[in-house]
Amino acid sequence: MIPSAFDYAAPTTVEEALSLLAGADSAGDEVKLLAGGQSLIPVMKLRMADPSLVVDLGRIPGLSGITDDGASLTIGAMTPHHTVATDSLVLAHAPLIAQAAQTVADPQVRHRGTIGGALVHADPAGDMPAPVLALDAVFNISGPNGSRSVAAADFFQGYFTTAVEEGEILTGITVPKYGGWGSHYEKFTRVAQQWSIVAVAAAVRLEGGTIAEARLGLTNMSSVPLRATATEAALAGCELREDAIAAACANVADGTEPASDLNGDSAYRRHLATVLAKRAVLAAVGLSGRKG
Amino acid sequence: MASSKSIHVEVDGAAYTDDVEPRLLLVQYLRERLGKTGTLIGCDTTNCGACTVHLDGESVKSCTMFAVQADGRKVTTIEGMAQNGKLAPLQEAFHQCHALQCGFCTPGMIMQSASLLKENPNPTETEIREGLEGNLCRCTGYQNIVAAVKSVADGVEYGDSGVSVAESLVEDAESAGVS
Amino acid sequence: MTATATSKPEVGTARLRKEDAHLVTGRSRFTDNMVLPGMLHLAMVRSPFAHARILSVDTAAAKGSPGVLDVFTGADVAAEQGSLPNAWPITPDQKAPAHPAVAVDEVAFAGEIVAVIVARSAAAARDAVELVDVDYEELPVVMDLEEAYTDKVLAHTSLESNKSATWVFDSAQAGTGTDVDAELAASDVVVERTMYQQRLIPAFMEPRSTVVDPTGQQITMWSATQIPHILRLMLALTLGIPESKLRVVAPDVGGGFGGKLQVTPEEVITVLAARRMGKPVKYTETRSESLQAAHHGRAQVQRLRLGATKEGIVTGLHVDLLADMGAYLGLVTSGVPILGAFMYNSIYKFPSYRFECHNVFTNKAWTDAYRGAGRPEATFAIERMMDELAVELGMDPLELREKNWIKHEEFPFTTVAGLEYDTGNYEAATQKAVELFDYDGFRAEQKRRRDSGDTLQLGIGISTFTEMCGLAPSRVLGSLSYGAGGWEHAQVRMLPTGHVEVVTGSSAHGQGHETAWSQLVADRLGVPFENIEVLHGDTQVSQRGLDTYGSRSLSVGGMAVLAAADKVIEKAKVIAAHLMEASEEDLEFANGSFTVKGTDQSTALGEVALAVFAAHNLPDGVEPNLDSEATFDPVNFSYPHGTHLAAMEVDTETGEARILKYVCVDDVGVVVNPMLVEGQVHGGLAQGIAQALYEEAVYDDAGTLVSGSFVDYLVPSAPDLPHYITARTETPATSNQLGAKGVGEAGTIASTPAIVNGVIDAVRHLGVKDIKMPCTPARVWHALQEAKTTGGVQ
Repeated sequence: MIPSAFDYAAPTTVEEALSLLAGADSAGDEVKLLAGGQSLIPVMKLRMADPSLVVDLGRIPGLSGITDDGASLTIGAMTPHHTVATDSLVLAHAPLIAQAAQTVADPQVRHRGTIGGALVHADPAGDMPAPVLALDAVFNISGPNGSRSVAAADFFQGYFTTAVEEGEILTGITVPKYGGWGSHYEKFTRVAQQWSIVAVAAAVRLEGGTIAEARLGLTNMSSVPLRATATEAALAGCELREDAIAAACANVADGTEPASDLNGDSAYRRHLATVLAKRAVLAAVGLSGRKG
Repeated sequence: MASSKSIHVEVDGAAYTDDVEPRLLLVQYLRERLGKTGTLIGCDTTNCGACTVHLDGESVKSCTMFAVQADGRKVTTIEGMAQNGKLAPLQEAFHQCHALQCGFCTPGMIMQSASLLKENPNPTETEIREGLEGNLCRCTGYQNIVAAVKSVADGVEYGDSGVSVAESLVEDAESAGVS
Repeated sequence: MTATATSKPEVGTARLRKEDAHLVTGRSRFTDNMVLPGMLHLAMVRSPFAHARILSVDTAAAKGSPGVLDVFTGADVAAEQGSLPNAWPITPDQKAPAHPAVAVDEVAFAGEIVAVIVARSAAAARDAVELVDVDYEELPVVMDLEEAYTDKVLAHTSLESNKSATWVFDSAQAGTGTDVDAELAASDVVVERTMYQQRLIPAFMEPRSTVVDPTGQQITMWSATQIPHILRLMLALTLGIPESKLRVVAPDVGGGFGGKLQVTPEEVITVLAARRMGKPVKYTETRSESLQAAHHGRAQVQRLRLGATKEGIVTGLHVDLLADMGAYLGLVTSGVPILGAFMYNSIYKFPSYRFECHNVFTNKAWTDAYRGAGRPEATFAIERMMDELAVELGMDPLELREKNWIKHEEFPFTTVAGLEYDTGNYEAATQKAVELFDYDGFRAEQKRRRDSGDTLQLGIGISTFTEMCGLAPSRVLGSLSYGAGGWEHAQVRMLPTGHVEVVTGSSAHGQGHETAWSQLVADRLGVPFENIEVLHGDTQVSQRGLDTYGSRSLSVGGMAVLAAADKVIEKAKVIAAHLMEASEEDLEFANGSFTVKGTDQSTALGEVALAVFAAHNLPDGVEPNLDSEATFDPVNFSYPHGTHLAAMEVDTETGEARILKYVCVDDVGVVVNPMLVEGQVHGGLAQGIAQALYEEAVYDDAGTLVSGSFVDYLVPSAPDLPHYITARTETPATSNQLGAKGVGEAGTIASTPAIVNGVIDAVRHLGVKDIKMPCTPARVWHALQEAKTTGGVQ
């Protein structure tokens, strides 16, 4: 319940934050960036993380908030989940991300926890990575050598590991607007306040009564969020019938090796993915059954 | 060794300036430095919600925030809810609806309920339950907590008979059918 | 002066709680809130291994850590720490390992304390934990209960066997019934099943906390405990401190559910540390520590055989039980299965019964009382078996139950387990439940969904129950080798202002005793509810008591309060007669006043109290004191009962089970405060449902608790639980003057089998015969797959 002692810095610009990171790096200090802290602080309390320096990004203006870039939205890394879930721009142009943000943890955590923190933490059971991956968002990263952009497909690299290198800061993500697409985030848990056992993020575009294009992201089916590209292809041209959609989603878990834990073994997760994919797509095309 | 930081915080309407170790959690600052022991600690993994307070009007779990992060901000705890000796509507409703037994989750429940009603003044029963997903209670089975929050949303005025409307709640329950 | 008008009786009124005002405003007095001058803080060094020999403990670095004042090991306190008590040796040859608060030579579960840090702050203490270097030699662990029974691996090197005790009840031997083997052999049908009671964690919301102040004449302990009185006695016996030198206070206590019915290592250690330092010391556990090291509950394997005629008349039940003690015997660990032994026959009247229980050690946290303690396990077993038998016989499960239960006109009824049930009306409770539930409607809907092959299948879960409450007649406890009696104590003190102080030995931790006891006394003494103060939970205020557990407070503690109030009236009557110059025989007491029969001459109790205080005009030889005390020892248990019905929807695609409707009708006898009863039922239901669907303490093969935080030990929150539909029938108990039975455990006992029966009923036609608790989506789905591949059964 009591973290190890650490030094604390609260920079007010990204540049200042970057120089703190550089300084810590050369001093050999273990440094942690503090965003909303809703994952970091619990592991520090349990002493599973013992940084010697914590750099709080909470005092940097401009890292929080949503801007309309015309064809895309940019969501600042320090934007709280609650804001993401209720922001009118996100609801209008990237409702899949808003809906997923609404399923993160609980209201108190959503008030503090941030989208950037969740993405860089990259918990396999976290809810933000899969939708962001499905929508091909671009990750904006600042580092000692300036800014760079990383495609979502290249961002998540392994268990709790992303393309953000030491000394770098994720400043935000840019999400293309998906005008005319339907979407749904189907999350399965045993109790309300729980990490996803499996979840499926789906975005679907219809054309003439059939599915023209689909994007599917899978949560907790691997150490990283997955794109279900084969299923996306199978869905293209699919008629808007439950059996057709179910058939297209039947192999969504092919090639995956999800973990086994208290909430379900690997075989169950693989099965669950097919059910949730079907339900996510059905909901995205407005054919939601009794189970929403 | 980590150096302490000076913070200025307004808590329940009073201004405080204190030097704190960076690792000091907001809940520990409230309890141990300010004596605001009304806010309680029930877990170490941000699950139970007993430590819920308002930070600039929004509910947060004060066990998952460092006191330094509250610098320059306004905190309201359960001890700041009653005004001029009069219970806040949620405090009164929790009493009237028998929404507490041991009372350990109660401060957090009330603070989260207040935040939920601020964001959604007319919640359905389902929305109330979902709004309280981050607060654990082991005594009440939640039913009376939900009723208390609903009654505040519905603007129920309680008398001072000292007798609960719980009996009529039971009657309602009998005719409620499928939940 | 005239008598006051008759007011509405308090008993039966939904009085709002006196306890609430300070709790809703944050003016609470939980133990961890306490700060005393010079107070020091403890942190525990706990074993990461489930079974290991302690080769050495190096405390030097920890002692040098900033703010640390002392570090001690088991060896350092070996001479003074004693062995933690087990108050219930169920057999004369019961085996148990020594149980030092700080392990000395060997640890037997992960989380056991091996060293203690004393520091100026909690943070400094916590920092030093990392610096204690313990050299362990790992020993083989035995985690599985059935494997432990084979003794292939021993949980303790000091014991020759993992078997602690074997306890048998046999109706043929006891003379309460016939021979079960003979009955089963002659039965048309014998259903044989093995049921698993998973390990649960009480998970009270307030983590345990203890403050000990050794300054002054007495050692004072504040502790988050259900049992200040028992704790004081046991600490005195364990540590060799005269009881008179110990004061134990249970201030606001944040829930217990049996989990704080314990004498804990942490409490003993806090006393030891305070004595060593001569300063007040505080220890508050983290939630992770609480889940790991506070006692667990349930954890049994039940091998069951139930016989019946083809007409559905049950002939006998054979119970072969393995009970997981965990690594040690706590206060009543060994007796928990025995509390269930008398309940397997439940509300039924079959002729033969045998219960054989083997208490077995494993390398896990020790088990002990958890809400219901033995009785939920028993009820689960028989109610699951009745459903299985109904299927075997092709009979409606309600009809089968009705054929076998004791009819209301058959009370009092001596059961095959030897208990005398005083009253009950199972027909009335069941009928009310069936009506509220719409049983026929759900059966029709179930058929429709089965016929259409719906992915959402519907099941109806039934559970009836009764339990023995009001623990307990002292002589019965004696016959079961329990180390104490079952009485309860109370005092009623008349203040000169006419206000009343009620002192009770029942130590509440959320139940609302202050409110209920005030209602009892208000009616009895005719004093306004507001003018009564209930004092409890402090051995200096309430000197005698046996505390709160086993749904005993009202039916035992409440009766002591009434008896003490009656004594006040008796004492006051003498003085009132003197004041009014009347004869005692001519006085009657009603509505708080003594009236001379046939006149309008009266004296209020408050006036007598003031006269006693002044003592100017008392009869010769009468002491100026109206205060009274009483100790009540019940003549029998009380037997609440009820019928619970659950409509369960199972999503056959995901395996998820959801509660569509939950109806319970409980008969807890006469009710003092329906609001409090309702609250107890709700909370009990939540915990019973949680056992059925959500909670399980899981260890890995190495002995680490995997469900070691609230991330993995799934206590349900509001969206996970349904709106309960509750109602009552009222059949008064005869074992106490009020007719009350007890309600604390009812909801927990009946809801678990109701939910599981409902889940299985939803998928039984698909070939599923059983699902282990908790019925997780993964388990339900796997059961469905298995049934598919085996082609289904029946």
